[in-house]
Amino acid sequence: MGVKITQEDIKCTVLLEGDIDHHNARFMRQSIDDYISKNHPKVLCLDFSRIKFMDSSGIGLIMGRFKFIKLLGGELEVVGASNSIKKIIKLSGLESLGIIKK
Amino acid sequence: MKFVNEMRLEFISCSSNESFARVSVSAFVSQLDPTIAELSDIKTAVSEAVTNCIVHAYNQDFGIIYISVKIFENGHIVIKIRDKGCGISNVGQAMQPLFTTGGEERSGLGFAVMKSFMDDVKVTSKPNKGTMVTLEKNIIRRTIKARN
Repeated sequence: MGVKITQEDIKCTVLLEGDIDHHNARFMRQSIDDYISKNHPKVLCLDFSRIKFMDSSGIGLIMGRFKFIKLLGGELEVVGASNSIKKIIKLSGLESLGIIKK
Repeated sequence: MKFVNEMRLEFISCSSNESFARVSVSAFVSQLDPTIAELSDIKTAVSEAVTNCIVHAYNQDFGIIYISVKIFENGHIVIKIRDKGCGISNVGQAMQPLFTTGGEERSGLGFAVMKSFMDDVKVTSKPNKGTMVTLEKNIIRRTIKARN
């Protein structure tokens, strides 16, 4: 489980690792929010390609970061979601925000 | 119909047990040779139900979460997840998508995920007594899948 943050120009990429459930989401949320409140990236990219499991806590994580980055005047992108993650994203209606990239 | 196998688990409502619960149930169900997608659905639904016990039923307290899984001859599985927590006064409202009392980081999708990922979901609850969530799914054996 982990959060690896890299910044390139105005874009901050967060590589999430392991499982996203209620237990792990707390730590991930804190790490991401600490970084973006200090660095104000214009684009926050959440990379799910190394996430093996996600329940609806992941939807809370995405929605919360979407609201926070919008507040700071930035944009959110979600990349690397597997088919099982896409299934929950679809159910949540998050697709309509246009933040889910390949 | 008679069940052919059963397992029971009891553990405290510590959030680090969310992964223990879903992995244990998925390991037990694996004897039916489910697909990766079926296992993923079951793990997700169990994770949602157990998280509800931790976040809502026992809230700041620790209590015991009880899980039983029964496997029936035809590949039908019944998972019961029970707590002795605060209970739900309005089950219909709690099951509405996006309804949550869990604060901003909770999506309110727990029951919607369970309903969508399992074949049947039942919830019985009594305020101050506890809640029982019953999740059911048919696992089609791969030998039968291959034939069709």
